Amino acid sequence: MDGNASAPRFPLPSEIADAPGAEGWRSMYPYFTRFQPDDDKRFWFYNSMHFPEPMPAFDTITAEVPYSAIGANTARVFVFPTTLGIEHRIVNGRVYITANPVTDPDEIGRRAAVFGERAGYYYENWDTLYQGWKMRIKGLIDEITSITVPELPEFDDAAVVTESRGVAQNHYVRENFHRCIDLFSVMWHHHTEFLMLGYGAYVVFFQFCKQAFPEISDQAVARMVAGIDVIMYRPDDELRQLARLAVEAGVADLFTEGCSPQAVLAALAERGEGGQRWLSAFERARDPWFNVSTGDGFYHHHRSWADDLTVPFAALPRYVAQVRDGLLADRPTEALRAERDRIASSYRDLLSSEEERAAFDQMLGLCRVVFPYVEDHKFYCEHWFTSQFFARIREFGALLARSGVLAEAEDVFQLHHTEVDQALSDVMLAWAAGAPPVGASHWRPIVAERKRILEALRGWSPPPALGPVPEALNDPAVHMLWGVTQTTIEAWLRPSSDVVRGVGASSGIVEGPARVLTDVNQIGEIRDGEILVCPVTAPSWAPVFGKIRAAVSDIGGSMSHAAIVAREYGMPAVVGTGDATKRISTGQLVRVDGDRGIVQVIG
Amino acid sequence: MQRFTCGTAGVGAADAARAGGKAAALGELARAGLPVPRGFVITAGAFLLHMDEADPGGAARGALGSLAADDLDGIAGAAAALRARVTAVGLPPDVASEVASACAAFGAGPVAVRSSATLEDSAEASFAGLQDTYLAVRGTDAVLDRVRACWASLYNDGSVAYRRRQGIGEDGLAMGVVVQRMLNPRSAGVMFTRSPVTGDRSVVAIEGTWGLGSALVGGEVTPDSFTVSKVTGEITGRRVSVKLRVHSFTPNGQGISASPMAFPLRRTPCLTDDEARALALIGRQVEDHYGAPQDIEWALLGDSPGHPALHADLADRIVLLQSRPETVWAARDREPIASPQAKASDHVLARFRRAL
Repeated sequence: MDGNASAPRFPLPSEIADAPGAEGWRSMYPYFTRFQPDDDKRFWFYNSMHFPEPMPAFDTITAEVPYSAIGANTARVFVFPTTLGIEHRIVNGRVYITANPVTDPDEIGRRAAVFGERAGYYYENWDTLYQGWKMRIKGLIDEITSITVPELPEFDDAAVVTESRGVAQNHYVRENFHRCIDLFSVMWHHHTEFLMLGYGAYVVFFQFCKQAFPEISDQAVARMVAGIDVIMYRPDDELRQLARLAVEAGVADLFTEGCSPQAVLAALAERGEGGQRWLSAFERARDPWFNVSTGDGFYHHHRSWADDLTVPFAALPRYVAQVRDGLLADRPTEALRAERDRIASSYRDLLSSEEERAAFDQMLGLCRVVFPYVEDHKFYCEHWFTSQFFARIREFGALLARSGVLAEAEDVFQLHHTEVDQALSDVMLAWAAGAPPVGASHWRPIVAERKRILEALRGWSPPPALGPVPEALNDPAVHMLWGVTQTTIEAWLRPSSDVVRGVGASSGIVEGPARVLTDVNQIGEIRDGEILVCPVTAPSWAPVFGKIRAAVSDIGGSMSHAAIVAREYGMPAVVGTGDATKRISTGQLVRVDGDRGIVQVIG
Repeated sequence: MQRFTCGTAGVGAADAARAGGKAAALGELARAGLPVPRGFVITAGAFLLHMDEADPGGAARGALGSLAADDLDGIAGAAAALRARVTAVGLPPDVASEVASACAAFGAGPVAVRSSATLEDSAEASFAGLQDTYLAVRGTDAVLDRVRACWASLYNDGSVAYRRRQGIGEDGLAMGVVVQRMLNPRSAGVMFTRSPVTGDRSVVAIEGTWGLGSALVGGEVTPDSFTVSKVTGEITGRRVSVKLRVHSFTPNGQGISASPMAFPLRRTPCLTDDEARALALIGRQVEDHYGAPQDIEWALLGDSPGHPALHADLADRIVLLQSRPETVWAARDREPIASPQAKASDHVLARFRRAL
């Protein structure tokens, strides 16, 4: 018997059969996302960190644009010596990726010269450049927020004539839609402008620590670097303030478990000065702090708190009760800062020479310079900007629905952005011609079919990886961003029945009943004391962390935002397990060991 | 006036020549406020006085010192003869009466009688385990017997052979003895205040088993092991082994007994995480006191295995039995991992120029 035949391996891309009932999935995605015959020779892994669900056609823009931007920055702009960009493919609705290394020493040398100059410039001027970045990104947010969808009334605005604008409204349907897509691309170029450099500084410090202290945990390194005033905590902090105000203003009784946001807001309007005070504080908090996606900004249906108040209003009753009982504490920022500095100086003291201490100081210092970007960019990019982006696209969807091309606004997300472009042309032409658009009979059956296919795709279990097992996988960026290492790959190859292995991202051991959530919309199901098991831990779920005892995710590294939030809450977290959501069922008793990165089903 | 005995804290690190290495280390721990068992030390002076009788003029010792390192038969014969003299000769009366009155202070409880050679446990040469220790010794007569047995163990074949190989002379060699309250620990073991595997100074590596540590030191059980971060208290490594045997002492008999471990506890960790962290904290205090990584023997008092005492303060349940400098990693020099660069970003630029 051939020994190799029985060695565990991943399926090749070409061996993946269409998910039953989802045979038409290819029509939903652009041709360049399909696996090619040569792709069988390379190792691919399922990017369930960013794409834990099947991709609706429009949402593929959240793969296409980011990979276009990150590769441009690493391969072409900063010219990283040993790595190019990331390629992505879609099969059965799931996004698989692979990183392209540079291995030829001459090429590395040629790239290194350019890289040194360009990356050096950014590191040298980081603070100034980052301040400029924040201005630019806020400009982009302002612009995406202010884009309007033309009304297409019977007669165009008189100003077109009186100001002799010369351009009718239907033109702006396309121009404004294109501007949304263009801004999304510009935002992602900004997002990835600092990303690899920021993580690079961290990786270097991380590897130094691992060499000096071979048994240091990933999270101990992260804790030395972590910022204290991280903007991602702000939405949750705002909720705490609102809970305090509810008690102070005498309207706390309205916040009960399971309350409807609309009912509470309506009742507050009837509650005199206290109610008004709360409502105006609420409006101030809402913009911008509720522009936080309930996911990670990669799916249109991960609505923001601002669009769907259910999430913040699910957290408020608990915070209000804590205020009443005198239990709601602010984040102890001074204590956190002191603890961070104590950990760093303790490790520093344990180094064996002054020379190492001086190098440690430089590396840690640089990490702390770059980390405000690493920690805060997600709020500006994936949350604030992207929430507004999807809201604008939804408004174009409303135009298509008003015109009869689509049955409802939300259906726009079943079309690829180039298809939306076509449908909008149809509407522009129809308005100009004075005839109904012809798209209804074209697009509505396609939308219905795609919704059916997406449902069928949900039932498919994507293998964690495809293609030949690599001999070495030591790309620290893949490790840092995706939590994928040689060990992860080994675990994917040899799943054991009752032990799920991942990256210990926050220490401690607890036991409790599991609550497996595959979709962000289910978070209302979580009960106190449960252990959250989810495909990807999203920091904007912060309110949930007040209820759960531990967090487990399929994908994520020690720097994923969930890991940060879990450490903040002092609860165990195991991330990057690959398939915890498949192997654990709601109600099973599990033990989460955040030190060793192990989740065990114990009953 | 006591000439030959003193309380444990009556000696310190500087007294290895007077009391032996083990006694000096225990006394040093006691003086630093660290928890050691109640006990007393019989100084090397008592040994030397006894040897004046057992080996007048040091002739037998001199002969032993002139043997070749590879003359194992010669060593065995000469050493056995000397040991027989040491145990046959009666204790000097002044020593016997001082030890007896020190024992009286303990009441009837059992004690451990431990050898403490004057060259033992120095940072340069580890003599660990070459001389004898007697556990659960009851009654003054038995203690006096065991004191002589400890002295005799300075001439164990292995000890003598070791000294010949190391070129350590017999002249001026002496032996103290530590007598201390016998502990009946729930768990016991050793800890290193750096990783014995990687040399990592940021962790404490703990090994332990149920009952007395002798089962672990003697290699009869595979211990549980824990790795605890000194800095964050995280448990970064944990291996629970199957502990088939346990050493304990019977409340009324002499000595200790080895027995099969009760089934349910064989696979149960012998320490809780909190206990492991508390041990690591004390380990760190010992290291800080000495200013260098240590190799420590510990015991954890409590109820029977698997039923930790619920009420006693955890820190009050830990007792240290020995501490000596870690010698393996201390002897290794290593190149600095990184050196300061002209600019902080040079570290990153250099890293990304290499293939990952």
